[in-house]
Amino acid sequence: MESEKPILYNYFRSSSSWRVRIALELKKIDYEYKPISLIKDGGEQYTEDFTKINPKQEVPALQIDGHLLLQSLPIIEYLDETRPNQHQLLPNDAVKRAKARMIAEIINSGMQPFQNLNVIKRVAKETQSEDKKMEWIKFYLTKGFKAVESILQETCGKYCVGDQITIADLCLVPQVYSAKRFNIDMSEFPNATRVNEELEKIPEFIKAHAHRQIDTPQELKEY
Amino acid sequence: MSLNKPILWNFYRGASWRVRIALAFKKIDYEYKSVNIDKGEQFTKEYENINPNNEIPTLQIDGFNLTQTMPIIEYLDETRPSEPKLIPVDSYLRCKARSIAEIVNSGMQPYQKVIKRLGKELGEEEKNARLELSTKKAFKAIESILAETSGKYCIGDSITIADIFLVPAVHAARLQKINLNHYPTISRITDRLDQLPEVIQTHPKKQVDFQQS
Repeated sequence: MESEKPILYNYFRSSSSWRVRIALELKKIDYEYKPISLIKDGGEQYTEDFTKINPKQEVPALQIDGHLLLQSLPIIEYLDETRPNQHQLLPNDAVKRAKARMIAEIINSGMQPFQNLNVIKRVAKETQSEDKKMEWIKFYLTKGFKAVESILQETCGKYCVGDQITIADLCLVPQVYSAKRFNIDMSEFPNATRVNEELEKIPEFIKAHAHRQIDTPQELKEY
Repeated sequence: MSLNKPILWNFYRGASWRVRIALAFKKIDYEYKSVNIDKGEQFTKEYENINPNNEIPTLQIDGFNLTQTMPIIEYLDETRPSEPKLIPVDSYLRCKARSIAEIVNSGMQPYQKVIKRLGKELGEEEKNARLELSTKKAFKAIESILAETSGKYCIGDSITIADIFLVPAVHAARLQKINLNHYPTISRITDRLDQLPEVIQTHPKKQVDFQQS
């Protein structure tokens, strides 16, 4: 049996990495943090060494149980299935489970890809306009949060889906962080805002926060 | 519980095909409601009430509205557990099947939307070059997973969510005339999938709202 510590290749501010960090904390999995800077030297994800680990040249990548796992949502589902005793992250009820996944996917495929570093750099470059770039970010984040909020109106309790933490909450926190970074007016999304505030109090979420990692730049670091 | 037939709001092309394939494998009879995205029908008040994200597809089933193709397919597989099991039983293989699907779902398709949206600024040639690059990057990643997991299909010899996501992605790549010679496993698997009635019947050109472009 593989007794080595799991390794998470990730970046402090990568939303998808952040989701996995929260999951690892909630599941009480001690892991080794290997930082892959998305900025340094044009991006360490493009090095030969890392490309061998993940040909898609993205973070996160999780080495665990003798396997290399990619893609944040499948990773979280794997952790939940193989470590069911700590903080169940998918509801038992099929409909609630679907709704938790819907919220997660709206964020994962409907929001985050449209505002990540590479994409917004590309938008700024092609449109030659900082205004257009901000307009773009605002459009996708507002659109996505509108959709998330409409599901939350129906599903939320203390957290996104009822009163237990789910995969939806893991996706919400990094996305709200992003939204605030880009000055999106979150007052239009009261449930998302309230749930996020609740989640930010939880120790595992605090520990996984972008501002508390070994590769967090000094000027952003919180202790 | 709703006794009505499920309703799939979708369009002949794009991600909707994934759900049509899943419904076909699960032998679920449904009503096809066309949302013409070329005419902006996803923005009508009627449709927005069903899907506030103004996107397709939406599946109305069992009394509620399901959006996002991955949760839709997972829900169908969990609530209609007949063969084929679209999500494998083994946890590691489940992760692999989902990863392949996600590489297409969030790793490739959104970026292609970005490239298409920047089409004017990029120009036709650059746009197509970038679409090709995005497809090749995704396919390279998928091919390397398949080296470990594939049998007749993406995960062993049974159809899974990975195969369902692969079909429309390869179809789009062929339409863009992208050379798939570097992805022999993807090509082999897709050739086999293309023979299945569930893929043939749900093909864009067989849908009621198909338009030759």
